Amino acid sequence: MSYSNNMVAADNSEKLVAWTTQANNIAHQLLWLIIHVIINIFFFLLGIVDTLESHLISSGVLKKYEAINVEKLHYLAIVVDSEDVQKMKVLQLLQWLADIGVKHVCLYDTEGVLKKSKEIILEKLSFVKLFEEGDENFSDPRVMSLEFASQSDGKDALARAANLLFMKHLKLRSLGDAQEEKIFTEAHMVEALKDVGSSGPEPDLLLVYGSARCHLGFPAWRLRYTEIVHMGPLNSMKYGSLLKAIYNFTLIRQNYGQ
Amino acid sequence: MFLIRKPCQIHSNQLCAPDNTMEKEGICKFKQLFSYLGCFLRKFMFSILSVGPIPDHIAFIMDGNRRFAKKRHLLEGDGHKAGYESLISILNYCYQLGVKYITVYAFSIENFKRQPEEVQLLMDLMVEKIEDLLRNGSIVDKYGMRLYFVGNLGLLSSTVRAAAEKAMQATAHNSRAVLLICVAYTSSDEMVHAVNQAIRKNEFDSVEEEHIEKVPMIKINDIKRHMYMSVAPDPDIVIRSSGETRLSNFLLWQTAYSPLYSPTALWPEISIWHLIWVVLDFQRNYAYLQKKRKQP
Repeated sequence: MSYSNNMVAADNSEKLVAWTTQANNIAHQLLWLIIHVIINIFFFLLGIVDTLESHLISSGVLKKYEAINVEKLHYLAIVVDSEDVQKMKVLQLLQWLADIGVKHVCLYDTEGVLKKSKEIILEKLSFVKLFEEGDENFSDPRVMSLEFASQSDGKDALARAANLLFMKHLKLRSLGDAQEEKIFTEAHMVEALKDVGSSGPEPDLLLVYGSARCHLGFPAWRLRYTEIVHMGPLNSMKYGSLLKAIYNFTLIRQNYGQ
Repeated sequence: MFLIRKPCQIHSNQLCAPDNTMEKEGICKFKQLFSYLGCFLRKFMFSILSVGPIPDHIAFIMDGNRRFAKKRHLLEGDGHKAGYESLISILNYCYQLGVKYITVYAFSIENFKRQPEEVQLLMDLMVEKIEDLLRNGSIVDKYGMRLYFVGNLGLLSSTVRAAAEKAMQATAHNSRAVLLICVAYTSSDEMVHAVNQAIRKNEFDSVEEEHIEKVPMIKINDIKRHMYMSVAPDPDIVIRSSGETRLSNFLLWQTAYSPLYSPTALWPEISIWHLIWVVLDFQRNYAYLQKKRKQP
């Protein structure tokens, strides 16, 4: 009799433990969900505040954004999520940038969707021209230079540059160059990147139009000291936010590590 | 829940010295209770966070030590020391949360251009702290941490390099957690080094020069394999303290899909709440980032 009583007791306590653990898990999951709901509400409210601020900026109520020292911005890069690319939005964005006075822009998206629409964009906007090497040093007040980049200008370009250096290395070796093993430096890398056609200037500011603040594979070589700012999805782009981002950039002071 | 109580009890019991007066004992007991509660709450919070995805690899740019020292009217060296304490604190939180890889940007190649006294101070601090880490009972032991020193170690003085190599060897058998310390590192240097290594490796194949133009010998994966950071997966998150919004030549190759967070707090002021916030935001964007990573 006592044996079966013990069995029942053990059984019950096992059930109790299992039930407690399950209740514990459910409680945790519920709390996690609640926290995330609160966070989403917070971001929603933040979005409303941003929209309001953006309207105030574009209507000129907030005076400090009127005079922006745009000369500080030598080169601007725009990263767009390939899936979000809408030609009308991109054209509108470029128009806004031209109004603000930005002279050199690089448009990047991973898949190269923007690159494919290069002709259409250049055609539709009268004030843009395709970027050429050395353009970043000149500033024509009537024209904005536009560069198009994609994933193939990032890691792929580095691999192509590496192959170029490899070729050079083999050539030197086959010429019987008794030199010590040649080690390529950063300077050689830059030259090689130029030779494979992927050597644009380093942007001062990178605006990310996507769901998260990551550069989505923008050529790594060019991002060393670039300020990266998240603008939200391209769909909800606003002139006021753009102005604010550029204004904030002009206030930054860099040490460059020293 | 019961699994949280015991470690917190042990942790808070260690707070009081054995010989105390009656008065001090009261304060001591209060400190113990406070610490116990704090530990319990932290572990509870982490257990809730763990319902969602936890990042596997977090990278930190530890910016703001000098500004902190100026702000608190301390000597510059004390700012860096406070930064080290902050680092240990953050490491504890991250490993408790379940993050496996942590990378920290300790010293850039550009930092060599600073005043020689400051550089020497940092190097001395590094050697001292490496010794601390290798002692029994340190955080390395606690989490079974493997240390990697990532960067162009040839640029370091022989003392520092020796200390770094000793630390890497001493912890090579550990595998539960990994700490990658970037010293004498810049991303551009890392990429050039990887290219050089890839070239050297491929050099031994006998390939006629003409063929090179048609078939690229070096592929992206070859370069990737020779990166200093190839011992860890790409970071899930990059956190830079002091509110600066740039990567400053840090992990540029590896961060295509790593969101960058810029809390305004200076590095010695970084707290558990910043970490919790970042992880929550990471969980919000997780599905989107996973989708992006998986694309070819």
